[in-house]
Amino acid sequence: MSFYETLTTLEKYPYEELWKRYTEVDVKRVLQKERMDEGDLLVLLSPAGGTYLEEMAGKAQRITRSHFGQAIQLFTPMYLADFCVNHCTYCSFSSIYDFPRKKLSMDEVKREAEMIAATGIRHILILTGESRRENPVSYIKECVEVLRQYFTSISIEINPLTTAEYKELLQAGVDGLTLFQEVYHQDTYKELHVKGPKRNYRNRLDAPERGCQAGFRSVNIGALLGMHDWRKEAFMTAMHARYLQNSYPECEISLSPPRFRPYLGEFNPESDVTDRALVQIILAYRLFLPRSGITLSTREPAVLRDQLIHLGITKMSAGVSTEVGGHTNEGGTPQFEISDGRSVQEITDMLYANQLQPVFKDWDILTMPASLSI
Amino acid sequence: MFDPLVIGDTVLSSRLFIGTGKYSRNTLIPEVITCSGAEVITVALRRVDPAGGTENIMNHIPAHMKLLPNTSGARTAEEAVRIARLARAAGLGNWVKIEVINDQKYLLPDNLETIRATEILAAEGFIVLPYMSPDLSVALRLRDVGAAAVMPLGSPIGTNRGLRTKELLRILIEEVNLPIIVDAGIGRPSEAAEAMEMGAAAVLLNTAIATARDPLGMAEAFREAVSAGRKAYLAGLGPVEERAAASSPLTGFLG
Repeated sequence: MSFYETLTTLEKYPYEELWKRYTEVDVKRVLQKERMDEGDLLVLLSPAGGTYLEEMAGKAQRITRSHFGQAIQLFTPMYLADFCVNHCTYCSFSSIYDFPRKKLSMDEVKREAEMIAATGIRHILILTGESRRENPVSYIKECVEVLRQYFTSISIEINPLTTAEYKELLQAGVDGLTLFQEVYHQDTYKELHVKGPKRNYRNRLDAPERGCQAGFRSVNIGALLGMHDWRKEAFMTAMHARYLQNSYPECEISLSPPRFRPYLGEFNPESDVTDRALVQIILAYRLFLPRSGITLSTREPAVLRDQLIHLGITKMSAGVSTEVGGHTNEGGTPQFEISDGRSVQEITDMLYANQLQPVFKDWDILTMPASLSI
Repeated sequence: MFDPLVIGDTVLSSRLFIGTGKYSRNTLIPEVITCSGAEVITVALRRVDPAGGTENIMNHIPAHMKLLPNTSGARTAEEAVRIARLARAAGLGNWVKIEVINDQKYLLPDNLETIRATEILAAEGFIVLPYMSPDLSVALRLRDVGAAAVMPLGSPIGTNRGLRTKELLRILIEEVNLPIIVDAGIGRPSEAAEAMEMGAAAVLLNTAIATARDPLGMAEAFREAVSAGRKAYLAGLGPVEERAAASSPLTGFLG
């Protein structure tokens, strides 16, 4: 069983027709429900749902506060390497761009870790481009060995791996996996991923499930919003998350709603995701999956992030650079332009001013190096 | 009135245990402690950061409090055991609230893994308070393997739904010769009072106080409710009758 089988059925739904059919009455009925099904999710994402954002927001906030409290988990991404064999039309790391590629040495990893840890951050997300030659699993493991001296939770956002490779990284101390499908619409996926192993749609789609099977504590998925009709993409993402949560109840499934950001090339997204659309997506995710984490990145501008934190967000990044080595000021080419460049301290102050507690540490790595058993 | 709650070798006068998560700022914790009168506070080891400076939750817990570190995040007995040992090594004492949750949808405890972890940790000298789904045979096994108290849920954690498991809690209170501490689900002071009237030894709550508009006011309300419920239990509640009973019985003349 794989989500692919569900997806091929979901692709056959008459979305346009359904979305035209839903009215205010449908939205009101859904908002009174405590548990929402697939049909309710369609209503929440429909144009009719878009006229009830305030009501959806009130409910989303209540659910979030009762399950997650007045608290937001903070993390910082660390780019390890920008070597990449893929050609994806929307990314600055794409193999067609000619710029000096970089990979952090263990000394550099240590220096970046020191800089980030000094800000109080204890949860790190490490990222690479896809190159099994330049940054193989063994390289990631080496980095993790260094990083676990500074951080209490380590997540990866790298190319899809096999279950056995995920298990290796889990054993090394990685506890979370972030992997975005980018776009669920299969034809668009083929258009955007021109060359390289990332062209393999199915391999990417099944990777979060392999992560669950390997035993990661948390798996975070998402669609890069703007690549295809955002209502359908959000629907598929939420259905994927529900499939994973139902199949692997022990794993914490989280969602990200990343919007497309400017990058090195000229690509222009197909679907315009307005602020209203983004809010509708976040609220629909929260109402459909009340216990799931929702992660907000610095792709969004500060002024918007400061509002979204009240609508269901449970995790956010802070003190971000999307360049390899960007925390020690020796960075290279950013993967995309960020919109919120505030420091960890600034984000902390902003959260407190909004009656929210920044949570720096929310886990301890339990896998032990063989030498240290407790 | 001297009515102590004894757990392990600790004598407590407050029957309200509180949590530390979900507050808008950790600086509220000492104030909540004062208003609630609580003497026991549970803290997730996953949130403890000795290097965290002012952000470290431990810097906000007054020294006189009895610490109840919990194993939040554990999915198996092995993980719970490891977290408990880390907590003790970190100087948080030898009490532990076992939480083994293998279900991220409802956050319901895994009773079987909880028994396993309790057995291991009790044998290592921990004072073990296991969080569990109310089930008589599980509670008896927990007692047999060395639990110091049993902490059944009133309803799923964070839901504020009250004592949905009331009938099962009543059976545990009657049959298990250990303090029964109702943990999770209590949303209102009246529900805390109800648990205490039923004979629960104590209640533990977090969400209801932490997410109230006025956490300090709510802490005080819970303090009074727990105390009132306990007094009512000790005083002996009158029986509930289906019909009004005349205070001068009709058959009184029969002698």
